[in-house]
Amino acid sequence: MSFRCTGIVSVDDLKKLGLYPPPERLKKGPVVLVECPEEIPCDICVDACPFGVIIKESITSIPKVLWDKCTGCGTCVAKCPGLAIFVVDISHPAKASVVVPYEFLPRPRVGDKVVLLGRDGRRLGYGVVRDIFEDNKTLAVKIDVAREVALEVRGFEVVRHEEEG
Amino acid sequence: MVIERQRGLPEIPSLSPEKERMSRETLLADVLVIGGGPAGLAAAIKAAQFGLNIIIVEDHYKLGGQLIKQTHRFFGSRELFGGLRGFQIAQILERQVKEYGNVRVLTKTYAYGVFRDQWVGLISENSVYEAKAKCYILATGAMENYLAFPGNDLPGVIGAGGAQTLMNEYGIRPGKKALIVGAGNVGLIVAYQLLQAGVRVKAVLEIMPQIGGWFVHAAKIARYGVPILLQHTIKEVLGKDSVEAAIIVKVDKDYSPIPGTERKIECDFVLLSAGLTPDTRLLSQFGVKLKWVPELGGLVPLRTKYLETTIPNVLVAGDMSGIEEATTAIIEGWIAGLTAVVKVLGPKSEVLRERERLLKLLKEYRAAPVSERVKRGLKRVII
Ligand SMILES: Cc1cc2nc3c(=O)[nH]c(=O)nc-3n(C[C@H](O)[C@H](O)[C@H](O)COP(=O)(O)OP(=O)(O)OC[C@H]3O[C@@H](n4cnc5c(N)ncnc54)[C@H](O)[C@@H]3O)c2cc1C
Ligand code: SF4
Ligand code: SF4
Repeated sequence: MSFRCTGIVSVDDLKKLGLYPPPERLKKGPVVLVECPEEIPCDICVDACPFGVIIKESITSIPKVLWDKCTGCGTCVAKCPGLAIFVVDISHPAKASVVVPYEFLPRPRVGDKVVLLGRDGRRLGYGVVRDIFEDNKTLAVKIDVAREVALEVRGFEVVRHEEEG
Repeated sequence: MVIERQRGLPEIPSLSPEKERMSRETLLADVLVIGGGPAGLAAAIKAAQFGLNIIIVEDHYKLGGQLIKQTHRFFGSRELFGGLRGFQIAQILERQVKEYGNVRVLTKTYAYGVFRDQWVGLISENSVYEAKAKCYILATGAMENYLAFPGNDLPGVIGAGGAQTLMNEYGIRPGKKALIVGAGNVGLIVAYQLLQAGVRVKAVLEIMPQIGGWFVHAAKIARYGVPILLQHTIKEVLGKDSVEAAIIVKVDKDYSPIPGTERKIECDFVLLSAGLTPDTRLLSQFGVKLKWVPELGGLVPLRTKYLETTIPNVLVAGDMSGIEEATTAIIEGWIAGLTAVVKVLGPKSEVLRERERLLKLLKEYRAAPVSERVKRGLKRVII
């Protein structure tokens, strides 16, 4: 079914639109995933990336990504109003991480254990928060995750047993 | 009883005896802007830049219209405040409008009617005004559509905008378990805001075979497990004193309910987001020509691309002239503001140049396939 029917975009759709990083690029280090498959009037990502990685021909065209220029810095993640940008790193054989935008309470903290969620809200196991950036109240949260799920994580829930005072 | 036909508009009424303690003021201006949402504010700001005397009337206690209750970040380029949250855009526009000494802002003031010789009646808690201007810009926005089904009068069945006002303006959570009817941008965004407020969203129903709103808004709720049920509608709401559950039903390709597909969903409130209707009530009193254009939300004014209606000194902008977006409402507001400048001060070349630039910008914003429907509608009303 099309993403216009589900709100869930498939890897095939992303590949067709040129929005999925090539496998060789994934091996090299952290890289951006721009899940914005529709022609909407927005170009915040173009300005947001300090390295000019994301390009739009006009304000309504679908973003293009210059994979080799992307440093995986994650600056763009918290700036995208559609919460549609992620960064994945599966370049190490043993570990992996994702950067996910987040706008819920409780506010996560470094070291928190979180439940990972896929594009369809399915639970994908647990991860641990490594780093947090903020831009105008949107957080970009870097999470250590299992390598097998790294390409699938799109959201998370903080699990915290309220131990603090 | 003698029934007489009304000839033209009546004289603006004088104070009724019970209102005698109220102050009364006559207001004269170059431009009277009615509605302090993004369209009205943008119009006032542009016209003020050229020194016109402006009065802006807003019913609510705060300026910003729909933007006040939008906590999500908006799309668009930087010129159109993209990346900011709706309420932040409202704050910027309010600051800009208040920079001008030649703009008088009347909040908590309602424009209640149009009378003979284009006198407009305004009323606030303590004052009544009669206002007249060389040019009028109407930017009264839109009203939410309601749906007819058994139980729709139970407390807990509310419009999506109403729920947003409760949550985002007054900090009141409208309930614990929500069912949303309508998966346009409004329904999807409100679903997300409800999740942020700690509400469980049981489902978003959509009668069409695909999601009406943008993918990115749908994806934001899909990843938190909210089901979006296509070809589904609400049949009935159950409850004694307030909403306790809803019965939903699948529809066929002609949108008729399919018997036997009913399902019960436990929820304590039901949100309707079944579209908006332009609020042309005041505009129609001016006597401008309206046309029924479903693509734009209902009855909308015929107008030129410079936003002049069939009465040349009555201009329009924003959702009232066709349901669209805040971004396009702001651009239209700017254009209408400049048209007012042309009407009052004559065709200065710098004004005409800026207006053409904005028309081009508006076209770029409408270039997206998501605007196809609106563009089809616009073809039928631009004169
Ligand atoms: C949930 C939701 C999410 C949205 N998200 C986005 C988004 O992400 N991006 C985007 O671009 N757009 C978005 N929009 C659309 C955007 O909010 C509207 O298109 C925009 O606000 C229209 O502006 P306007 O000035 O025409 O009308 P409004 O904002 O409705 O303002 C009209 C104002 O006129 C006042 N008024 C009306 N009649 C009178 C009267 N007789 N006297 C005095 N005052 C009067 C009203 O009180 C109101 O303040 C969203 C809308 C909703 C409901
Ligand atoms: S991750 Fe950094 S370098 Fe890559 S696109 Fe985003 S901002 Fe640009
Ligand atoms: S900023 Fe986000 S929503 Fe806007 S175009 Fe870029 S990816 Fe799409």
